[in-house]
Amino acid sequence: MADRYTTNRLNSGLSWADVTPKEVFLNRRQWLAGSGAMALAATLPRQAQARIEAAKSRYSTDEAPNSFEDITSYNNFYEFGFDKTDPATHAGGLTISPWTVEIDGLVEKPGSYDLADLVKGMPIEERIYRFRCVEAWSMVIPWIGFELAALLNRVGVQPGAKYVAFTSLARAEEMPGVARGLLDWPYREGLRLDEAMHPLTILATGLYGEEMPRQNGAPIRLVVPWKYGFKSAKSLVRITLTDSQPPTTWNMMQPNEYGFYANVNPEVSHPRWSQASERRIGGLFAKRVDTIKFNGYGDQVASLYAGQDLAKDY
Amino acid sequence: MSVQDQVHRLLRPVRPWMVYALGTIPAALLMLRIFTGDLGVDPVKAIEHSLGLTALQLIVAGLCVTPLRRFAGLNLNRFRRQIGVLAFVYASLHLMVWVTLDLQFRWAEIGADLVKRPYIVIGMIAFLMLLPLALTSNNAAVRKLGAQRWQLLHLLTYPAALLAALHFVWLVKAWPLEPLLYMAAVVALLGLRVWVRQRRATATT
Repeated sequence: MADRYTTNRLNSGLSWADVTPKEVFLNRRQWLAGSGAMALAATLPRQAQARIEAAKSRYSTDEAPNSFEDITSYNNFYEFGFDKTDPATHAGGLTISPWTVEIDGLVEKPGSYDLADLVKGMPIEERIYRFRCVEAWSMVIPWIGFELAALLNRVGVQPGAKYVAFTSLARAEEMPGVARGLLDWPYREGLRLDEAMHPLTILATGLYGEEMPRQNGAPIRLVVPWKYGFKSAKSLVRITLTDSQPPTTWNMMQPNEYGFYANVNPEVSHPRWSQASERRIGGLFAKRVDTIKFNGYGDQVASLYAGQDLAKDY
Repeated sequence: MSVQDQVHRLLRPVRPWMVYALGTIPAALLMLRIFTGDLGVDPVKAIEHSLGLTALQLIVAGLCVTPLRRFAGLNLNRFRRQIGVLAFVYASLHLMVWVTLDLQFRWAEIGADLVKRPYIVIGMIAFLMLLPLALTSNNAAVRKLGAQRWQLLHLLTYPAALLAALHFVWLVKAWPLEPLLYMAAVVALLGLRVWVRQRRATATT
């Protein structure tokens, strides 16, 4: 699809990464105004404005991340439409402040948590993860976030809890794909408790040192790097601890194509396409590479599935 | 003079090669978008889809020729061959991009896809059906085969069109509208032919 921001790229020598999208710009201005740093804003280059302090992590890959442009203009976020450019086009008007996340079910301290309270005190890290879509393309993304386990420990998981269910925002007024009923909204995902507690599983609040762009699931989203991208639910409004496996959107729609586990696995094909390899997004000659089981995170997560038949539990 | 006659008169100076020249426009626009970086961050998929879509559009256009004559009195028969050949050319380019830029000559995976993936199998069968049609799209072939046998062969257009549309419907996730519209167009255009045939059959009995 035509991207009006990039049409003059050859002339200017600039790329999307050099441009601040309007919605980010407005959002940033709002934030800056709130913190009284307005005067500073005009003089600082983009890098210096990166405002999220994040520690490096040993879980990060040393592979080169995709560009900010790649990550923010090629998204599957059906709440904004089927096309991969729809989120970048339509997500600008999404209201992300105020934002509350309902935490309920089998937890000690259920409640409606304001996002700022929820994030406060969490050890924020940069996690550079491989991201593998079930459609057989992939990227490397420098997420900013914290371990889901840290949050679950804070709210207290009751002994009977076995699964964690995630619900994304479904706000028809601001989400054209929701208004048009493209899927059975709201978008729902889920993890087994041990998957949710795994240190690789994070709640991401930003990327590339910036607050999460709206098209990537602002203000807070799940990232589970060893599973296909659709497991990493965006724009979370609810986290529920349950004792039984929660229904998940794609699995409800086409159970023979999208399993609950959805671990990246080249040995288990999607019924309609091979998962043997993937195209690493990066221009006309983007290289196709072999897909690695658990998206290359097998050393850390394979033990979670000991004794399980992953061809059956796909 | 009727509207149809006016259109016929306007089209009289149009030569076959001009139709081919027109047919290069989608490819030229695509090239332009490749070189201006207008195809987004995954240009390979964009190129692949665009070529396939143009092929499907040309197939649908080809299927419109007969109904237009029958129901609207508009005779575009002499452009039908060019439309068909162009559809084949775009389908070939679509296939070529899949093998080269997308699958990058990973023959084992290409082979596996060609037996295991229904939508790819269907697309390939559609392409293989178009192949003899393209090869016989010249006067020499019509003479050699004889009009009747040639026409019989070219009935392959119908299943090829259905499979091409199904290929599109099947490859997408969920149910976006666009592929369904193409499928509806193909079904409607083929349905019209069935309807005409049945009416003729009842008229003669």
